[in-house]
Amino acid sequence: MTLLYFAWVRQKIGRSEETLALPEGVTTVGQLAAWLAARGAGYAEAFADPKRLRAAVNQDHVAFDARVSPDDEVAFFPPVTGG
Amino acid sequence: MKTIRIEAKTFDVNAEIAAITQGMRKVGAVVTFTGHVRGDDDLMSLTLEHYPGMTEREIARCIDEAEKRWPLLGATIIHRIGTIVPGDPIVLVAVASTHRKDAFAACEFLMDYLKTRAPFWKEEQRGGAARWVESRASDEERAKRWE
Repeated sequence: MTLLYFAWVRQKIGRSEETLALPEGVTTVGQLAAWLAARGAGYAEAFADPKRLRAAVNQDHVAFDARVSPDDEVAFFPPVTGG
Repeated sequence: MKTIRIEAKTFDVNAEIAAITQGMRKVGAVVTFTGHVRGDDDLMSLTLEHYPGMTEREIARCIDEAEKRWPLLGATIIHRIGTIVPGDPIVLVAVASTHRKDAFAACEFLMDYLKTRAPFWKEEQRGGAARWVESRASDEERAKRWE
């Protein structure tokens, strides 16, 4: 799967994009966020408070209980602030 | 006609009005909204980041939703990215319809939806420091009025 990070999520993690295999036991966006949080200091900081984060799967806004599949593009970012 | 552009350069509102009305004899109203970067306090500039691909899709969905609600003859949304200084335009929403009531409503709807759905993020530069802008509950409230 492809993971994308934007704004301060990108900065805390230190990269904007990465590819990885869907981790075992992960079936939802929320589980993926929890798995990523355990990956290192930057990830832990970025995913410390999931309520501050939003997610998209294949470029659609989704809630954290949305399902994820091996070929998905999953993005994590703060609430949007355009306009 | 649906026009969506995400670009660093500024836009010409009159040129966009001309484009949205060209050859459209039934247009009786064009409403435009131009958002400018407000120069609060010591704000030096804003830098806009977005999610290429999803941004265009999300804005297209906003326009599709507006077209279901009002009889539109055209809609143009231009959003700038990169670094923008106070006073400069950042976003344009232009809507053409036969009657002004529909054009006014659709323009406001599009701006409210864009604010809460299109994946853009603003970072403020003040003095030597940069800070990501927090989303505002009031923007969510405005968007919810249309549900």
